[in-house]
Amino acid sequence: MSTTQISGAEIILKALADQGVEVIFGYPGGAVLPIYDAIFNQNQIRHILVRQEGGAVHAAEGYARSTGKVGVVLVTSGPGATNAVTGLTDALMDSIPIICLTGQVPTHLIGNDAFQECDTTGITRPCTKHNYLVKDVKDLSHVMHEAFHVARSGRPGPVVIDLPKDVCMAPGDYTPKEEIPLKKYQPRLSPDSDKIAEAVELIASAKKPVFYCGGGVINSGPEASRLLTEFVRTTGYPCTLTLMGLGAYPSSDKQFLGMLGMHGTYEANMSMHDCDVMVCIGARFDDRITGRLDAFAPGSKKIHVDIDPSSINKNVKVDIPIVGDVAHALREMIDCWKAKKYKPDAAALDKWWAQIADWRAVDSLKFTQPKDIIKPQYVLQRLQELTKDKDTYITTEVGQHQMWAAQYIGFDEPNRWMTSGGLGTMGYGLPAAMGVQVAHPDSLVIDISGEASFLMNMQELSTISQYRLPVKCLILNNFYMGMVRQWQELLHGGRYAESYMESLPDFVKLADTFGMTGLRTTKPDEVDDILKEMIETDGPVIADVQIDPTENCFPMIPSGAAHNEMLLGPDDKAAKPISEEGMVLV
Amino acid sequence: MTIDKQINFHTISVLVDNEPGVLARVIGLFSGRGYNIESLTVAEVDIEKSLSRITIVTSGTEMIIEQIKAQLGRLVPVHRVSDLTLEGPHVDRELALVKVIGTGDKRVESLRIADIFRARAVDSTNESFVFEIVGDTGKLNAFIDLMRPLGLADISRTGVAAIARGTSSL
Repeated sequence: MSTTQISGAEIILKALADQGVEVIFGYPGGAVLPIYDAIFNQNQIRHILVRQEGGAVHAAEGYARSTGKVGVVLVTSGPGATNAVTGLTDALMDSIPIICLTGQVPTHLIGNDAFQECDTTGITRPCTKHNYLVKDVKDLSHVMHEAFHVARSGRPGPVVIDLPKDVCMAPGDYTPKEEIPLKKYQPRLSPDSDKIAEAVELIASAKKPVFYCGGGVINSGPEASRLLTEFVRTTGYPCTLTLMGLGAYPSSDKQFLGMLGMHGTYEANMSMHDCDVMVCIGARFDDRITGRLDAFAPGSKKIHVDIDPSSINKNVKVDIPIVGDVAHALREMIDCWKAKKYKPDAAALDKWWAQIADWRAVDSLKFTQPKDIIKPQYVLQRLQELTKDKDTYITTEVGQHQMWAAQYIGFDEPNRWMTSGGLGTMGYGLPAAMGVQVAHPDSLVIDISGEASFLMNMQELSTISQYRLPVKCLILNNFYMGMVRQWQELLHGGRYAESYMESLPDFVKLADTFGMTGLRTTKPDEVDDILKEMIETDGPVIADVQIDPTENCFPMIPSGAAHNEMLLGPDDKAAKPISEEGMVLV
Repeated sequence: MTIDKQINFHTISVLVDNEPGVLARVIGLFSGRGYNIESLTVAEVDIEKSLSRITIVTSGTEMIIEQIKAQLGRLVPVHRVSDLTLEGPHVDRELALVKVIGTGDKRVESLRIADIFRARAVDSTNESFVFEIVGDTGKLNAFIDLMRPLGLADISRTGVAAIARGTSSL
């Protein structure tokens, strides 16, 4: 070993530091001991010890989504890697930049069914954007830097680097970031100017336009959200956002229609159905958005901006496809609009807004808060009111509470809302909140949760306790897997097979065992007090808010139905039975 | 919105880094997303740059074919994707080795048909021939069908290799 050579593990740490990594979420094991030794011997990068590898990936996702940086995970071989698979798939579906370093048995044992061996690159191939198996320490610097480039460029996503133990211990040379040529993966950023001109002309000529935007705007960076807001305001057109896009356009703005899709607002979905020009920016026509495809926005011309060509014309054929980065495309659209001095058709737009006002008047998010039992909508409405002037980040688990949070909590900025959209991973919110809190130690971080999701990753309470992360867990406890129960009520004759929650822990005592503050209420008139106490408590809190167990999430586009066939409330369902085709959809 | 239901065959050439796992990535994409592979041929074409060329014959609606190309294009080790069926005339060829076992008239007939198809006998015993035949998939299928009653015993085919006509290259 020459004097300049260092170990593979030290090369990894140097590369991470070079890439600006501040924190790693991980869990040690035999195959990654050399890397942990290298972590021990440095002070630049902080390591957060999770309690299960799945939690590490979600924490890194929360970190990445709230900062716009790449989240880094370190897990051991075999079970360490397989436990990370759910998080990796989640990050792939929601386009979150993650680097996951996995330990591997030494190269000479690969394929030998060695202890804690698994085919990590084989298992993670379909659930990562790309993955690497490093078999020679000479390739290590290059792979590390290329992996960061792949994870964060184009449509972001998770990248796995599988690291055999002997490679981590072998002596080698480190090559800094600047000296690595990255010609391999170069996604297109600048859109085709002709297509932009064509799109802007169509936008200007619209009589019933709607902007439909998603997580791609947030992934493009805060500048993209600013440009979107500028362009939407310049045109005076209505704007709706997907679950992933919340915060990309200010929710408090009068041109905002609320979220669209299966549990979107009436005005958003009706505008989508009746529009003549749809401007889709950084969204992907997911089945939760479109409803029945053959009845999706009939009679509309569609523009679609996306950095990933495979998102275009996947589910819905569009008229003007634009491949490129959202911020680049929006800047060019604004320039083109100004240069050509376009003016929207004022008379048509007035008529369109009058129509939208009628839909808004339906007030699809209305609810009544009775005296004796807490409605979840009320809790979230109060939470929104009590936190709106604070520096707040919200994460959620998956289910009814997630949809209610999306409906009732408003976001005026991007990167404030972290939820598992594509994969719908229960157990996402608690570790994600941990990652957000690590990135923003002084901010208010709230995991809006259901009692079922909360139990899925609650081992991470131990992590929260260890690092004194002041995460607030707001459990909307209805003693059911609420969304499962709701579908069983709507589709399966109210036979609630296995969707109850029996033997729940006493959440107040649970909080106590981890040195957290535990709060509980069952009374509507205590909701404000408990929320205030939760917000004002210094350390971590579990607030168990026991809500109406029969409450369903409305409005709702039943599966297999179109945007204009929404169920607005419990009395609405008899009139529109769900079709056979709809039954088989998820 | 009308969804085009017409199913067409397309020959797609893909230039990839010749690295471990790249074929698994391409095949996994097809199986994972439910696309069809009618034929798949892979070999290294540039040793210096370590590049391989994959030729895939696939079938699907216009939207599916567009998806397949976009999905292939976003794989990190993929350099270029070219739809030879759409991008003008191209040549596609396949090689087959066909073993025919028989004696007497059938043996003579197999040799005569092989001659018509410009297939070469590359191995011979008293009871068998191995014919080597090169051509497009249709020609190979026709030859194999004719060999069936004449003692066809074994077939090995390479799958389609294809290239654009004229001056354009991948």
